[in-house]
Amino acid sequence: MSDKTGKTEQNRLSVFKTYKLYVGGKFPRSESGRVYEVTDSQGNWLANAPLSSRKDARDAVVAARKAFGGWSGATAYNRGQVLYRVAEMLEGRRGQFVHEVADAEGLSKSKAAAQVDAAIDRWVWYAGWTDKIAQVVGGGNPVAGPYFNLSSPEPTGVVAVLAPQESSFLGLVSVIAPVIATGNTAVVVASERSPLPALSLGEVLATSDVPGGVVNVLSGRTAEIAAPLAAHQDVNAIDLAGADEILAKELEIAAADNLKRVLRPQPVDDWSATPGIDRMTAFLETKTVWHPTGSLGASGSAY
Amino acid sequence: MTMENVSSAFEYAPAPESRAIVDIAPSYGLFVDGEFTEAADGKVFKTVSPSSEEVLSEVAQAGEADVDRAVQAARRAFEKWSALPGAERAKYLFRIARIIQERSRELAVLETLDNGKPIRETRDADLPLVAAHFFYYAGWADKLDHAGFGANPRPLGVAGQVIPWNFPLLMLAWKIAPALATGNTVVLKPAETTPLTALFFADICRQAGLPKGVVNILPGYGDTGAALVAHPDVNKVAFTGSTAVGKQIARTVAGTRKKLTLELGGKGANIVFDDAPIDQAVEGIVNGIFFNQGQVCCAGSRLLVQESIQDELLDSLKRRLSTLRLGDPLDKNTDIGAINSEEQLSRITSLVEQGESEGAERWSPACELPSAGYWFAPTLFTNVTQAHTIARDEIFGPVLSVLTFRTPDEAVAKANNTQYGLSAGIWTEKGSRILAVANKLRAGVVWSNTFNKFDPTSPFGGYKESGFGREGGRHGLEAYLDV
Amino acid sequence: MYTRYARRYARLVTMSTAAPHALADAAASDSTLRRFLHGLPGVDAVGLEARAASLGTRSIKTTAKAYAIDLAISMVDLTTLEGADTPGKVRALGAKAVHPDPTDRTTPATAAVCVYPDMVATAKAAVAGSSVKVASVATAFPAGRAPLSVKLADVREAVAAGADEIDMVIDRGAFLSGHYLKVYEEIVAVKEACGAARLKVIFETGELSTYDNIRRASWLGMLAGADFIKTSTGKVAVNATPANTLLMLEAVRDFRAQTGVQVGVKPAGGIRTSKDAIKFLVLVNETAGEDWLDNHWFRFGASSLLNDLLMQRQKLATGRYSGPDYVTVD
Repeated sequence: MSDKTGKTEQNRLSVFKTYKLYVGGKFPRSESGRVYEVTDSQGNWLANAPLSSRKDARDAVVAARKAFGGWSGATAYNRGQVLYRVAEMLEGRRGQFVHEVADAEGLSKSKAAAQVDAAIDRWVWYAGWTDKIAQVVGGGNPVAGPYFNLSSPEPTGVVAVLAPQESSFLGLVSVIAPVIATGNTAVVVASERSPLPALSLGEVLATSDVPGGVVNVLSGRTAEIAAPLAAHQDVNAIDLAGADEILAKELEIAAADNLKRVLRPQPVDDWSATPGIDRMTAFLETKTVWHPTGSLGASGSAY
Repeated sequence: MTMENVSSAFEYAPAPESRAIVDIAPSYGLFVDGEFTEAADGKVFKTVSPSSEEVLSEVAQAGEADVDRAVQAARRAFEKWSALPGAERAKYLFRIARIIQERSRELAVLETLDNGKPIRETRDADLPLVAAHFFYYAGWADKLDHAGFGANPRPLGVAGQVIPWNFPLLMLAWKIAPALATGNTVVLKPAETTPLTALFFADICRQAGLPKGVVNILPGYGDTGAALVAHPDVNKVAFTGSTAVGKQIARTVAGTRKKLTLELGGKGANIVFDDAPIDQAVEGIVNGIFFNQGQVCCAGSRLLVQESIQDELLDSLKRRLSTLRLGDPLDKNTDIGAINSEEQLSRITSLVEQGESEGAERWSPACELPSAGYWFAPTLFTNVTQAHTIARDEIFGPVLSVLTFRTPDEAVAKANNTQYGLSAGIWTEKGSRILAVANKLRAGVVWSNTFNKFDPTSPFGGYKESGFGREGGRHGLEAYLDV
Repeated sequence: MYTRYARRYARLVTMSTAAPHALADAAASDSTLRRFLHGLPGVDAVGLEARAASLGTRSIKTTAKAYAIDLAISMVDLTTLEGADTPGKVRALGAKAVHPDPTDRTTPATAAVCVYPDMVATAKAAVAGSSVKVASVATAFPAGRAPLSVKLADVREAVAAGADEIDMVIDRGAFLSGHYLKVYEEIVAVKEACGAARLKVIFETGELSTYDNIRRASWLGMLAGADFIKTSTGKVAVNATPANTLLMLEAVRDFRAQTGVQVGVKPAGGIRTSKDAIKFLVLVNETAGEDWLDNHWFRFGASSLLNDLLMQRQKLATGRYSGPDYVTVD
């Protein structure tokens, strides 16, 4: 995070921020030791971001898998509390994100602020969904026999998320929140050109009671990081939001190796529009449990 | 015959269902645009009865040109069909459901002849479920606004559907009923070993007055299915079959807008705790792996038994297996019918041999197999570990691998230790344990104190490499709607 | 399943009773008995009923049907248990038991006639010289609500009058209130009073209400020395059903596997047609096995069933359907 001169009004030399990955609740540099230059829309240098390798992707998957049991096993109410806490923490760092989004997307302060506000509100929206989605998409099934039969949605597991390339923060939040609201854990590949808001989001998550590993943020070349994620046998699903048509097809083919759930890139003109529940249901399994009920009839020997 | 070596005092006389109820023509065409026609290249194949190897009929084999013609017919029909008021589509489906009920004995006999499964199953399980499935989805056709997918959800277009041979008519129902209810039109490819009930279904469509082109049936082999799935004018692909083919289909549709649902293989764990209702557990184990000769994707092919009751459970299980009756599938007392094909039989045989060579202990009840046809005795393997091929690969036959566990955690870990995630069973009298274990199992269907139960209202489908999407219930609509 | 319980209870108890089998110690006290019975595997009602229904779809035709009908006839405890019973009625019943079908002397005799204790002597005379046994309900049948001394006297009188078999009722009140030892001791006492007569223990399953209770009652009865376990008196709304009989067949099967002692089963009440009877025989055949396919080990407590069996037998012999005027009304 920097302004253009690196100096403050008082002519004080500012302290630059070293952007790091967010993996397993920690902030490592890329194991490759590589970084790449991130610029604003005018081409001015903003920061160096880690250039993640396939090994960083591997480590992130391990962290996400490790976190899955606890996060998916947490009560839906608890997950809602945690996601709401994220919104609270974001609100506190609103200025920073407005600044980063403005730089990243070449927006005016007010337009950037609208994006950040919408993103914060989106966290609140998904925070409220955690303990409602099961009632909306699950339920009892009236089977023709003496059985109690209940279908419930369950998180599919570890989801690789290719964040949208253009909407560096609202788009990012709009693809992460639905994945984790339902109990999945995520490996997020940040917007390639504008990764800084995503990397900063990692800092927010780290201080928001989100357990380490639930969200892991990688920056770098989308195609380079996505390929090992799409082929990874321990990744259950992939959101291709940030992939172009050619890359999306390649990744979908790779994803077939272990039959990942694939959410193809959807054209999104306006990330601030009401999202609906599709991004949640895309990464939900339906589990149906049967159990005999017996009967209370007059058989005399009913149960 | 029963499998007991000793001759029983109470020997059941043969009680065959009459096959005169079904009139099988010497040859059948493709059903395209409301008519039976030959394949463009004139190819045909024979379908045989797996219990006797008798040739039942000769069936036209669809090629690429036929696929194209059928998809075009379905596309033409789509416009009117999707524009019909839902209530009208519903009435067609109700008609179909009723005609299936009327003709259910005929269809049951036909299915038994073509598939090799016992008439007891086609009569008491397959056919009632087929009719029920149409009846259920018929009712949805004019209620889609209230299904939770937003107002006026739209159909996708032409559905290309490829179904397996294990439940030929039931899988057809699972595919066609929701597709038509939601306003799609279909091109369906039945399996090459079991095309006949699908072709009889075409006749039911005729009796029901279904507009031409709404349902098209293309018998053929894998290449026919591949051509259908790859056809550029197909909007929706639904496949039930092996995981290997499912992956190939997923690659084929990658990068397209085709919506895909896959119901694939499984290696279901049937977990028996020491406090299980033991007699019912034994029945559930038998039903779980010997129903339809084990040729069931959700079969309970791995028995996970708590170590403390292993010996006693196995004694009970073996005693029960000795009462299974293997033989003529048309005999109303037959429990175990024929394996569907020579190819499947050789796959089962080779996996079982591998089980033995890897050191598992093989057991079957004394059992005389008929000399003609494809048969495999109910088989049980003990001393199996997670590392054995027979504990990992789907055998798709009457072969049960028995493993043990000591604690609930271990049971869950072993049950989930598979690339599949279709079904699982839990047997215990402790309610909280059922709920805790069911919660942790990564499987789409969990049967507690029961097994292999199906219902049109109950969503069915897998986690992980068992596929994605759900068939049945409200959930089953989603696969055929643009949502 | 059961060796576990046996081992557990063998360790638990130090007292031993006279019962001649491996599980005797289970009945050392009310609490050991309770723990044993409540430690038996549970019964899933839906699964049990589904299994019974599934066996009910067996198709028994031609030679198998002929075999089954004769077997069923030979297993009937031809019963009259009415307040209006008279010596004449009982004599007619005895005659019918010995020669069920006067038009066809190849028809097997029934297993027994079953009467109230005061009719035992009459019945005994009526079946004299035949293989037909005389069974008598005793122990204040059907309610069982009488002092033990009265019940035992009831039994002794019946045995003294020549009864070959005694059908006793358990004290359902004691059972349902958890006084298992009281039920057990009563059965032991009755068994002793029976002397050489075989003892059938009636649970009145329709009053026990749950399948778990029926399984517990079955084991309780067998532990106490029952020669037969029997479903019902025929005097309540729900009597023998395929499911409760299947459950009892599982119990005798498992009890023999555990102790070596074979116990018979008698469903009673509500079995009226040949079709029903054959379904029960299928249950026997595929659950307990052929060792029980004999009237020493399996009985039908019935009255109207016999005529239906006879009509079916005539149909098989002649190829035409029979009618009620071609069998005797007794």
